[in-house]
Amino acid sequence: MQAEIAVLRFGLGAKPGDLAAASAEPRAWLLSQIKGPVPLAVNSPLAPSDQIFAGLIQARDERQRMKQASATESPDAKVAFNAIREAYQPHYRAQVLARAQSAALTTRPFAERLVHFWSNHFAVSADKGVVYGLAGSLENEAIRPHVAGRFVDLLTAVEQHPAMIAFLDNQYSVGADSTAARFASRFASRSNSEDTGKPKRQFGINENLAREILELHTLGVSGGYNQADVTSFAQIITGWSIGGGKGRLAGGVPGRFYFRDNLHEPGPKVFLGKTYTEQGQRQGEAVLADLARRPETANFIATKLVRHFIADDPPPAAVDRVARAFLKSGGDLPQVYAALIESPESWDVNARKFKTPEDFVFSTLRALNVSPAQPEEVIRSFDLLGQRQYTPGSPAGWPDTSKSWDGSDALMHRVLWASRVGAKYESGVEPADLAAASLGGYARPETLSALRRAASSGQAVALLLMSPEFQRR
Amino acid sequence: MPRPSPTNSSRRRFLIGAGALAATATIPNALFAYTGGSSRLVVVILRGALDGLAAVPPYGDPDYASLHRELAIAAPGGPDGALALNNTFGLHPSLSFLHERFVAGELVVFDAVASPYRDRSHFDGQNVLENGLAKPIGTADGWLNRALAALPRGGRAGDRAVAISQNVPLILRGEAAVISKSPQATPDVDEDLLARLADLYSKDDWFSARLSDAVQTEKMADGAADVGGMSKQSAGAGAAYPNRVAAVARMASELMRSDGGPEIAVIEASGWDTHANQGGAKGILATRLAGLDQGLKSLADGLGPLWPQTAVLVVTEFGRTAAVNGTRGTDHGTGGCAFLLGGAVRGGQVIADWPSLRRTALLDNRDLKPTLDLRSVFKAVLDEHMHVDANTLAKRVFPDSSGARPLQGLIRA
Repeated sequence: MQAEIAVLRFGLGAKPGDLAAASAEPRAWLLSQIKGPVPLAVNSPLAPSDQIFAGLIQARDERQRMKQASATESPDAKVAFNAIREAYQPHYRAQVLARAQSAALTTRPFAERLVHFWSNHFAVSADKGVVYGLAGSLENEAIRPHVAGRFVDLLTAVEQHPAMIAFLDNQYSVGADSTAARFASRFASRSNSEDTGKPKRQFGINENLAREILELHTLGVSGGYNQADVTSFAQIITGWSIGGGKGRLAGGVPGRFYFRDNLHEPGPKVFLGKTYTEQGQRQGEAVLADLARRPETANFIATKLVRHFIADDPPPAAVDRVARAFLKSGGDLPQVYAALIESPESWDVNARKFKTPEDFVFSTLRALNVSPAQPEEVIRSFDLLGQRQYTPGSPAGWPDTSKSWDGSDALMHRVLWASRVGAKYESGVEPADLAAASLGGYARPETLSALRRAASSGQAVALLLMSPEFQRR
Repeated sequence: MPRPSPTNSSRRRFLIGAGALAATATIPNALFAYTGGSSRLVVVILRGALDGLAAVPPYGDPDYASLHRELAIAAPGGPDGALALNNTFGLHPSLSFLHERFVAGELVVFDAVASPYRDRSHFDGQNVLENGLAKPIGTADGWLNRALAALPRGGRAGDRAVAISQNVPLILRGEAAVISKSPQATPDVDEDLLARLADLYSKDDWFSARLSDAVQTEKMADGAADVGGMSKQSAGAGAAYPNRVAAVARMASELMRSDGGPEIAVIEASGWDTHANQGGAKGILATRLAGLDQGLKSLADGLGPLWPQTAVLVVTEFGRTAAVNGTRGTDHGTGGCAFLLGGAVRGGQVIADWPSLRRTALLDNRDLKPTLDLRSVFKAVLDEHMHVDANTLAKRVFPDSSGARPLQGLIRA
């Protein structure tokens, strides 16, 4: 059953031929996939994030003009909101389609699953307006190049990606003693602030990104930091922003990471008991480098990997092994993945994970040997199944345990989706052969018998997809 | 004073309530049992940490305006002013339905309230809110599920609680059977396919139980749609924000009104994590609050004849910083607000042991200091409204909560 485990649990489900390809050397089949960057498996002309962001800025400028041209505000705000949606929507749709096609077609499904894992670890949510068209960019631009590299490079690329900066509001986080804040307070003391009737903008930090880097990306919530560390780290990364903007905020390439020195809180800072004396952008990078080396980070990442690949309750021995590999290698991710593959717990035939909707859709595409042609197919599927792509809603990402996905209503939605997929099934491949190619030794006799007795080949496909063994990986 | 035994406690309360009608009446057992099962409870979880100082502006606190600055809500009376509750507190102007219910004596507002959690992680905060412990880990089930097992049976059978979502949130997970139902319809699933799946799942209890629940819930929803005159397909999951709360609220009320429908429902609403450009009387948070207000109104309207026996608890994982941050928003804080609403609620009161917003009174020099444990509210509602006995509440539902004594008098006798 080792080939089945390699292909179903570590990969994205079996395409015809996958089980045979992995059967000689399942471990080697996995290890061969985690070398070098992991580009999309399809040639998809996706726009880079700076270009997408420029489109957003254009839509916003349009909104400003409309506001000025009209005295009434609310209908225009709606129009402007729609303008932003329209600027972003084609990109979101293209990214979601490319992601599903890549999952359906890739010959490196283990590497592709790791892309999805890290994309969820470093989650941004496209239901925040400014992120909508950029969520896929983060995955493609910051994660794919570094999935089989060093953790510190992955971490730095993600935290400096405009999607993450904007999702966690860091672009305008301002040091109280920064050049910009000091200028503003001198200006305020000279002018009469009652002129405008509005309270003056108070310059200060926003601790959102700093807190989530510590809690969700590196140390974990019990990783030994306190509120003072969060505040200090937020000050350290003041100025980590996005290029573009106007007036005194002009600078940098629009839509690319840009360090705004005038917003940065100057001077050395103490974080987790260590004093950082670096200047500017390098201070935050030094902290990330240290965070990436800490045992708490190794343990947190190992726990999440083992939970994702082995069991909802991660076996401690496997976590230890993976965490040690992380520390020993300095966060060299291929060595971390190798430790996971070498853990005996990974090969327990009874340790099966209940599929998320994403797992279910991607493994179905592979089992049926099809790739979606239109974004609507993918978007509708995930809407129905309750996992709209790139919208986990919170920076913690989608949950990774069965309890979060196993509601009775969710099961009914899966049945509905499976029956629709079955109704469209046109291939001449016998369902029993589909079962053999997609489940191998996991196919139970009662499932095979139900497939033979099915009223139609479409119903047989629905039964196969909804069988307990297909619903688990 | 020793606690009365569970049975006596329930009976005593009932006798007090009945006493007003017929002081010397003999109570038949059947009537007693029925009363135990007639209460309805809806818990609304606001995920992301609602800013209590915006939802319940303490306009009478001298430090409020200077700390909350452009996010502060003005005193009642002026344009965009708060809706007055008393001389200190108001409601955000978006919460007009809640205010109407306050005036009608159907809303209790809690302020300076928090779960026992004192750090500032959303995810751990939500775990504590839902698991009923004093710490984020330690149990995989939720307090409402543990309470379910202890409800007086009231002659009812079957699943008594529903999560209005595809999946069940932590607060309702556990040993007692619960169902889930999202507003997104699942029309026309072929009956023959369902029968064959039931057969296919016969050796797998885990799948078998879920499929059987799903089929039952579909039937209930079909019946509810007929009774309520609502289309099952009325509410898309992709609806624009303000309607989304209303959509889940409608689904909850339809199910609760259906024959043999659940007594308890859990609704979730997200989008409260306002770190940037939160807005004041208008803006992002104001829009969200208006959506919540409309949702609660839909719930009340939908429950109709059940409203007099309903209590709705609205809670969030923690409050937000007293001062505005550098991006016209607020960061994660501690003390916040909560609401208890419904025809069964003895409303018209603000319950707040107000610590003030003086710099020296703030927790860690930044947050509203909590002076009331949310578990005191939960326990009171489960005790007075759902008739869960005090001993079970203290030992099983909220272990380690002896410091959080249940409040009294939240529910009409």
